[in-house]
Amino acid sequence: MDVYLPIANLSVNGLVIVGLGGLIGFLSGMFGVGGGFLTTPLLIFYGVPPTVAAASAASQVTGTSVSGVFAYTRRGGVDYLMGAVMVVGGVVGTFFGAGLFRVLQELGQIDTVINILYVIMLGAIGGMMGNESIQSLRAMKGGAPLPARRRRHHPVIANLPWRWRFYRSGLYISPIAPLLLGFVTGVLTMLLGVGGGFILVPAMLYILGMSASVVVGTSLFEILFVTMLATMMHALTTKAVDIVLAILLLLGSVSGAQIGAQFAQKARPEYLRLALAVIVLLVALRMALGLGYRPDEIYSVADL
Amino acid sequence: MKALLALLLLVLLGAARDPILVPEISQHEIQVRQGFKGTELLLFGAILTPEGARAAQAYDIVVVLSGPPRSIVLREKQKVAGVWINAASSDFRSAPTFFAVASNRPIADIVDERTAAIYELGLPWLQLSPIGAIDPDRQRRFAAGLVDLMRRQGLYQQDEDAVSVSGGVLYQARIDLPSTVQTGTYTAETFAISRGKVVTAASTTVEVRKEGFERFVAVTAERNSFWYGVFAVLMSVGMGWVAGRLFALV
Repeated sequence: MDVYLPIANLSVNGLVIVGLGGLIGFLSGMFGVGGGFLTTPLLIFYGVPPTVAAASAASQVTGTSVSGVFAYTRRGGVDYLMGAVMVVGGVVGTFFGAGLFRVLQELGQIDTVINILYVIMLGAIGGMMGNESIQSLRAMKGGAPLPARRRRHHPVIANLPWRWRFYRSGLYISPIAPLLLGFVTGVLTMLLGVGGGFILVPAMLYILGMSASVVVGTSLFEILFVTMLATMMHALTTKAVDIVLAILLLLGSVSGAQIGAQFAQKARPEYLRLALAVIVLLVALRMALGLGYRPDEIYSVADL
Repeated sequence: MKALLALLLLVLLGAARDPILVPEISQHEIQVRQGFKGTELLLFGAILTPEGARAAQAYDIVVVLSGPPRSIVLREKQKVAGVWINAASSDFRSAPTFFAVASNRPIADIVDERTAAIYELGLPWLQLSPIGAIDPDRQRRFAAGLVDLMRRQGLYQQDEDAVSVSGGVLYQARIDLPSTVQTGTYTAETFAISRGKVVTAASTTVEVRKEGFERFVAVTAERNSFWYGVFAVLMSVGMGWVAGRLFALV
């Protein structure tokens, strides 16, 4: 089924894009991440121009996070105060990211920066998650209990001034920490077209020390608003949002996300986390190799 | 005075002996709409003497189809500290977005290099109008890089067997346009060449444009970008919500 993408100026097989969206949606529903970190590289690999890929992936992440937010809201799994603070940081980060995107694009280094950012972040987070899930799996097999965590959250976080009470997260910390976290994800959303869930979730758990029951819901809440804004920003600045591409991706991913979420309820969380860690590390490894190997295309064209 | 008259007469006679080229294209307008997978253009026509008779000698035919030019930055990756990054770049004022050369036999056998360069007959002779300080070696390297890149994307083509001439009168050439072509006005130039000299040339145009829904989307994204963005956001929220509702029922 050939579909012409009017903004990307390209004819693609529509079923492949829907399938791609479905696969990513399945993973995102299963692991509670947006899945943007897979969409953008896969679309570029398929031949979609990088800017169009990043811009359209943002709207796909919006779609997948919506249904997640509704589901978690019903279970009381969203800390709105914490989410609102992060959204404020995310909005500032999105504007900053838009400026950074333009500067890097003019310098011609946007692709390299995107790739290096991916390798560093995916490598660090994949390693952290993999390590943690292997430890907990070992403890489960050996029957020995996991050593208790030494501290609730990072000492730097505890030392920040103006503490607020975040009841649902069970925290009494300064809003500066989630604000900064929101800012970072805002920048990443704009640069990479990712929701940032794969950074938010571990950071909220291990750095902020939020209670696990509200982590995924709150991160989805933040991602929802930041990706909505990112889509708007792309529509206004790069004009690279391809609505046809977005619809195809959404068709697959919103249904995939629901199937993935149902699947996740049956699987053990330790195995789920290990599987996600493996996927994240594989993507990081592939991108790292891509930086070091001689690329297929030495030359690239951009409008003057 | 007599010599001048004789010269004038010679020029006039020469001009009168030039054959007439009547070019035509299978489509003067290509509509890019849903399901557009690219298209094949048939460029055909006839070579006649001014009297409308069949030309006495055999001509070589070269057809050049070029798309709207644009200003580009061409970047070159180099390995810096173990990582391939864009290290050098070159600006070109007018690189065609599409360029196809079709001929009935190898260009090198038809014309010499000078003529080929003057009429841009062939990818090596593409005029890219580089901007800024020009180091010939560097320019040549970048131009070759661009041609190679565009060639593999199917946007630059050179087929030395794509023109067929029948009976010394009719010629036809086929050129493939991939789905990634830019919109705009394309110019098709046909050259009739005899004994290494371009004896006559004629050109026609093809308009490539988006139509219907595709045109609407492209124009809206460009002119009403705010509402386009709002629609994209609402649509993604709506689709996520509907899917959530549907699956909650299952």
